[in-house]
Order: sequence, then structure tokens, then C-alpha cells
Amino acid sequence: MTITASPTDAGTGVPAPAAKRRSGGGGLGRYLFVRFLLIFPTIFILVTMVFLLMRTTGDPITAALGGRLPADQLAERIHAAGYDRPLVVQYFEYLGNILTGNFGTTLSDNRPVTEVLITYGGATLELAFYALIVAFAVGIPLGMLAAYLRDKWGDAVLRIFAILCYATPVFFAGLLLKLVFSVQLGWLPVAGRASTGSELQMQLLPGKTGIYLIDAFQTGDPEVISDVLLHAVLPGIALGLLTAGIFLRLVRTNVIGTFGTDYVDAARSRGVRESRLVRKHAYKPALIPIITVIGLQIALLLGGAVLTETTFEWKGLGFQLASYLASRDFVAVQGIVALLAVIVALTNFIVDVIAALIDPRVRY
Amino acid sequence: MAITASAPKRRLVDRLPVVHQLRQSVGLQRGMLVAGLIITTIFVILAIFAPLIAPYGFAQLRDASGAFGAQQPPSAAHWFGTTVGGYDVLSRVIWGTQTALLVIIIAVVLSIFAGVLLGLVSGYIGGWLDRVLVVVADAVYAFPSLLLAIVAAIVISGGQSNQIAGVFAAAISITVVFIPQYFRVIRAETVRIKAEAFVESARVIGASNSRIMFVHVFRNATRTLPLIFTLNASEAILTLAGLGFLGFGIEPSSAAEWGYDLNKALSDVTSGIWWTALYPGLAIVFVVLGITLVGESLNDLADPRLRGRRSVGAASGEVAQTSVVPGGVIDVPGGMGTLEEPGDGGSDR
Repeated sequence: MTITASPTDAGTGVPAPAAKRRSGGGGLGRYLFVRFLLIFPTIFILVTMVFLLMRTTGDPITAALGGRLPADQLAERIHAAGYDRPLVVQYFEYLGNILTGNFGTTLSDNRPVTEVLITYGGATLELAFYALIVAFAVGIPLGMLAAYLRDKWGDAVLRIFAILCYATPVFFAGLLLKLVFSVQLGWLPVAGRASTGSELQMQLLPGKTGIYLIDAFQTGDPEVISDVLLHAVLPGIALGLLTAGIFLRLVRTNVIGTFGTDYVDAARSRGVRESRLVRKHAYKPALIPIITVIGLQIALLLGGAVLTETTFEWKGLGFQLASYLASRDFVAVQGIVALLAVIVALTNFIVDVIAALIDPRVRY
Repeated sequence: MAITASAPKRRLVDRLPVVHQLRQSVGLQRGMLVAGLIITTIFVILAIFAPLIAPYGFAQLRDASGAFGAQQPPSAAHWFGTTVGGYDVLSRVIWGTQTALLVIIIAVVLSIFAGVLLGLVSGYIGGWLDRVLVVVADAVYAFPSLLLAIVAAIVISGGQSNQIAGVFAAAISITVVFIPQYFRVIRAETVRIKAEAFVESARVIGASNSRIMFVHVFRNATRTLPLIFTLNASEAILTLAGLGFLGFGIEPSSAAEWGYDLNKALSDVTSGIWWTALYPGLAIVFVVLGITLVGESLNDLADPRLRGRRSVGAASGEVAQTSVVPGGVIDVPGGMGTLEEPGDGGSDR
């Protein structure tokens, strides 16, 4: 009776699941097709979950206005909005609306959620862009360095830095940065995306995009450009460091992993220097998992963006979400969350496609 | 070995999760593990003895000599100063450990319970149930955890919490986020273990499905749990703080919560008041750092390729064989481990 399996059993048992995951055949086209189809259940599940969760507690109108309006007026408004109908009916109406791109209308300021997205989405996108730049610029070189210095003091310091990046809530990092660089040293602006003057100038642009970086370059005014960039420094660093820590760890682990492979050994035996091994040989294959993980970073970035935007009064989607939360406008919250679900599902798809194009092993 | 202990004569002390790894570790890795354990221990001690250690209550506004006053800088009476609401910062930082520990315990216990159960059933039974659960878990997993927690917090507390219920609301919100993680790990392990010879043997002697599931598979599939526990404990603190920062925290009169205090400190910072933000923030950083150091060290020790060089040397022959993940360990965002593919890397020799 082999209740206690010997080490060799475990050894032979290991390749099986790995092989199973890779089998199944099919080329790139098939993979992309299947992966594309997977978007729909993902969106469907998230949207359904958000709907059910938000509606189990009652209707949004009572949540927003309950206590402030007399009961009969409240009932009237609930009836007008259709929240007194059976849940199933509301649910299918909601699904139908989402299919046509209607994510609802906010209660507090009566705007379509999609319009909120168009107005403020650019700001969040811009913030995520800055954060990713910081994350790449900090995370990848430091990760390679940590792998190179493996098990030395430098490695330990870098790893603790990575953990600190992760352990520091973005809003605390933001507060500290603000305290030091804006309040004490006075080098950088405290909050916002641009000063009022620059914002006015960009508002007047005929082809404004809402993405200040692009708009600033459109004005061609160096003062506006530097103003916009200066405002971006602290939020970008605060949000970027969070991801930088993860990139650092990932690059380190993967470079160490590829360090043990035969081809690196072969290169080493040919007399290639250690530093070149890290930079050229072990580094590139180690980047593949990073591409996969960036997909998951989108979720983290979006969550972090809500907090960063609140900290820096960066008027993006996250800032809006937080203020709708504060005013208990749950229709808006539900709409924005559902919309973000769609965005997350789409970006994950794109990232998976890129990963599949780069690494053939991904296409199962 | 991963399946069951290959050396049956090891003493109990060696088989305890953390003690075993502590003995196994060398050099810097041991340093990081020890540092993490120390910080975590201090955190737990502070939480348990908060009423004795904290100079004032978390909701105390005045003592015998009168009101504390708002935004007072650090002094002999208030080492960390006072907040905009007139609370003592030091006391709230210390009491905050209690809230954090409670939330961690409730959140992790709940999510382990639900996640492990679902993972076992899904992985063992397979079929359409498995597929549906995997798609659901993946969908939830890919979604920003903070947003999910916000939705859950709205559902549970209607967006505002005022009692110990606030702790539960925060914990349950965090649970929603964690269940998919436990589910994924346990399911993957279950699927792997199901194919092992000892499961077949058990079936041959006529063990029932539930017995195989909850005795044979369960015991072996939960090997990675201590690791995920540490990862999620730190994430729980961050999510709690995030919720608090967005105004879903626990009211200051019912418990101390660092995220809430940081939210209130937001406007202080602009006028140069640093003590209200610095100390609660540092508390979060230290606790998460401590727990993460423990988790990270455990993770490295479980993976032979990452274990310190001296200890790898002995086992280097089998190193390449022991991992399921080709091309390296896949880290998870926010998390610190091999959650993605719980490989068969754990060889506790």
C-alpha cells in the first residue's frame, strides 16, 4: 500500500499536469478565438455579481435619499425609476442596457456613466501611463541588479525595498511625498493635474483630448507642458512604486530562474561575463512572465488609481468613484464598477494576445 | 516530500511550519525570516495588550487635565501628537493593531473555509461544476480587489459602519476578494493529488468520496496554506486601510483604524502637520512588512531554486524536476508567492 509515496513517485508525477496544460493542440488562431470568447463570461459574471450584490441591500434611491425625502415622494421616485419591479426584470433590463453600452445614469448629478468615463477616463489612463513608466524604469533594472547580487547584502536591501514598495499603501506614499516635496521643500505642486491657468489654456483647445499630456503639447506652450509634467511627478511615483516593487521581485525571480538553465551555463563556459549574462542572456526570457503579469497589474493599477487620485485630487475615474461613494450614489458606483470590469476583461485579453504572440508556449 | 512525509521519524518540532523553515534557513534568508517574525510578534503583542499599553483610549478626547486639543504637535503627554479630531495619535496607532489583527483573523479564517471547501469540491469532482467555478474565480480574481471590497462594503454595511460590525463588514469585504485565491491554489493541488497513487489505493479499499476528499486530499492540498495565509494577511491590512481611506472605515468612536486616520490626515499634510499621517502610515507599513517578510521567506524556502545557496547545493540534482512552472516562478500581483501555479516545489527534506 503506497499511502506514503516515495520521493521518486512525486518526481514522476510532476510532469503530468504540466504536460496536460500544454496539450490540446490548436494554433494561434484557435487560441485567440477561444481566449476572445472567454471575455464574455468574464464580463457577464462580474456585471451580474455587481448587480446582485448592490441590489440585495435595497434600491439605490433609498440609499441616496432615504431619510431626506418623505416616504410617499421616495416611493414615487422609486416607482419612476423602476426599482419596484421584480429583480429578474430589472436584471435583464440592466444586461440589455449594458449590451447597448448604457451603464446607467448617476443619481447625484444626472449624467450617463459612459459620459463620466469619457470625461475622466483620460486622466486615469494618463496616471496609469506615468505609473507604468516609473514601474518599468525602477523595477526592471533593480530586479536585474538584485538577481546579479543574489544572496548578497545588495540583494537583501533591494528585496526589502521591493517589499516596502508593496507594503506602503499608495495613499501613505502619496502623503509622504507631498509632505516632503510639496510642503517642506516646495518643489512640486501639492495636488491636481495642472494649475488653473494651464487648465484654462487647455480647455480652449479645439481638439482637446482630456489627456493633459497630449493637450499640453498641443498648446505648444513650454510653461503649460512643464506645469502638467510637474503635477504628474508625485502621483506617478506614488502609484508607480507600488508596481515597481512587484516588477523588481518578478524580474529577480525569473532572472535567477533562467540563470540555472543550460544555455546560460553554456554561455558562461564560453567566457561571457556575469554582468553580460544578466543583461543579455538571462534577462530576455525572464521578461515573458512580466508581460503576462502586467495584465494582472492593470487591476492593481486601477485599484491603486482610486486611492492615488483621491490623495492627489487627480480628477480621474477613481476620484469620481470616491466622490460618488461619499455621496452614496450607488447607481454611479455600480455603473463605474461594471464599466471597469469590461475594461479589465478587455485589457487582459489584449495582454494575453501579446503574450501568445511572443511566447509560443502560452498557446495551449 | 510533498505527498506525505518521506522521513517518518522527524520530531514534532521540526515539522511545525515556521520552526522547520527557521532551522532550514541560512544567512540573509534567516535574517529576513527572523526580522519578519519579530515584527509580527510585536504587532500581535500590541494588539492583545493594547488596553494596557496605550496611554489613552482610542476614542478618548480628554483626561483629568482637560481636553487634549486638536492637532497638537508631539509632546510629553502625547508622544505622537493629537489628530484633527482631538484624539491621541499614539493611542490610536496602538489600538489600531487590534482592529487590524481582528480583521485579518476573521477575513482569513472565513476565506480559508470557503475557498478550501470550494477548491476541494471543484478540483475533486471536476466536470462542469469545476469549469463554472474556475471561470467565476478567474473573473473575480482579475478584478481590482479594492473595488470588489467597496461593493461588498456597501452591501454589508450600507457604506457606513458603526460598531464591531464594522470590523466584520471590513473582514467580509476582504473575504470576497480572497476566496478565489484560496480556491485556485487548493483546486490546483487537488487536481494534482487526485491523480496520485494513494488516492487510487484509497478508492480501491472502498473509501467514500467524501472521505478521500476531506482526509486524503485535504491533508495534502493544504500544504501551501501557511504561505498564502501570510500573503493574504498583509493584503487584508492594505485593503482595510484602503477602505478606511475611502471613507468606509470604522467610525473613530467605535474602534481605531489606520486608514480612516490617514483619510483625516489628508488635509493636515497640506498645512505641514506631519504627525497625524506619519504614525498610522508607518504602522501599516511595518505590519505589512513584517508579515510579508515571513511569507516571502517561507516561499523562498519552499522553492529549492530560491533557497539559500548552501542548502540548495545538497539537493541541486533534483532541482529542475521539482517545479511544475516552466520558465520560473510566476509571482502574483499584490501577493508574494507562487499562487499562480502552486508547484510541487516544496520538498521539506
